[in-house]
Amino acid sequence: MEYLIIIIATVFVNNIVLAQFLGICPFLGVSKKINTAVGMAGAVVFVMTLATIVTFLIDKAILKPFDLGFLQTISFILVIAALVQMVEIMLKKLSPSLYQALGIFLPLITTNCAVLGVAILTIQKDLNLIQGIVYAIGNAIGFGLALVLFAGIREHIELMVVPKGMRGVPIALVVAGILSLAFMGFAGLVKF
Amino acid sequence: MNKTLKVFTNGFIKENPVLVLLLGMCPTLAVTSSAMNGLGMGLATTFVLICSNIVISLMKNLIPGKVRIPSFIVVIASFVTIVDLMMAAYVPALHKQLGIFIPLIVVNCIVLGRAEAYASKNNVFTSFLDGTGMGLGFALALTVLGGVREILGAGQFFGMNIPIYPNDSQGNPITILVFVLAPGAFIALGYLIAILNRITKSN
Repeated sequence: MEYLIIIIATVFVNNIVLAQFLGICPFLGVSKKINTAVGMAGAVVFVMTLATIVTFLIDKAILKPFDLGFLQTISFILVIAALVQMVEIMLKKLSPSLYQALGIFLPLITTNCAVLGVAILTIQKDLNLIQGIVYAIGNAIGFGLALVLFAGIREHIELMVVPKGMRGVPIALVVAGILSLAFMGFAGLVKF
Repeated sequence: MNKTLKVFTNGFIKENPVLVLLLGMCPTLAVTSSAMNGLGMGLATTFVLICSNIVISLMKNLIPGKVRIPSFIVVIASFVTIVDLMMAAYVPALHKQLGIFIPLIVVNCIVLGRAEAYASKNNVFTSFLDGTGMGLGFALALTVLGGVREILGAGQFFGMNIPIYPNDSQGNPITILVFVLAPGAFIALGYLIAILNRITKSN
């Protein structure tokens, strides 16, 4: 039950993109087509979960016992960068078909602030390992949901007549605002 | 001289990192619920940008090409940690408001972008100017966006009441609350970019 609440809270109530503003760059960058959006969402679920597990263990096993909290930012970003690279190499060898599907999105994820953000938030919220994993999966699903919904709307905007100055990014941002307004309707659904 | 000046002013309007290059959107949207927060975030990022540009420009011949991105990230992360600890010590209230977005300056594309595109190819002085210009352009965009949202959403500017603002019968300012909430960030930034597009493209 507790885990279900975490999932609902992260996917709907505190959606990582639309309410917490993490991962806006890929949200605006790869949301022109639904297919690429789905690919990106898959890659994020994978990396975010792994990154949260690894950074959690580093925090508990190395940073906490040796009182090195101030190294958190540096160590986490390095670990995530290395992890992304490793996942890419392993995927290429082990599952070429999955690599084909996710490959081009993996390097982009290093600079996705959602991954580092969730890793830091997991530590700040003082979750345990299982809660942290569920929290990461929920956030990744929330990111995917927002991305795919947004891509679907943007595909339709392509067909519309938009005023000259609003074309491209401005109209996309206004649409994201309206989507975010819709997600505000979930506020207060669960407390987490 | 003219060219060096241009490096400095480029970041203000013509290549404004937020409004034109569309980099660093996460902090832009997240922390601009008031002009003060926008300015604070902008200046913190400016500090990191200037320092990392100088150091990377000094070390550009020492870093092998293949590991340059991880090396840049380590340099940037060090300065971000410095800013994080300094702000926690001297401006705890602002530090609390900005929260997780201070450590996230590390993954702000502007900082890494300028390191890769400018500081790793140019001398120390112009890199310093480039970092200053870009940083101030970022701070300017954040302050303007924060100001617009604060005026429309809270009826205040830098935390001060605006005398000409329309009041309701109880004397409270009539505001559009949504502008200080999450959706208002997207909508305000969308219109700000559209207005800038309109001005720069018609010239």
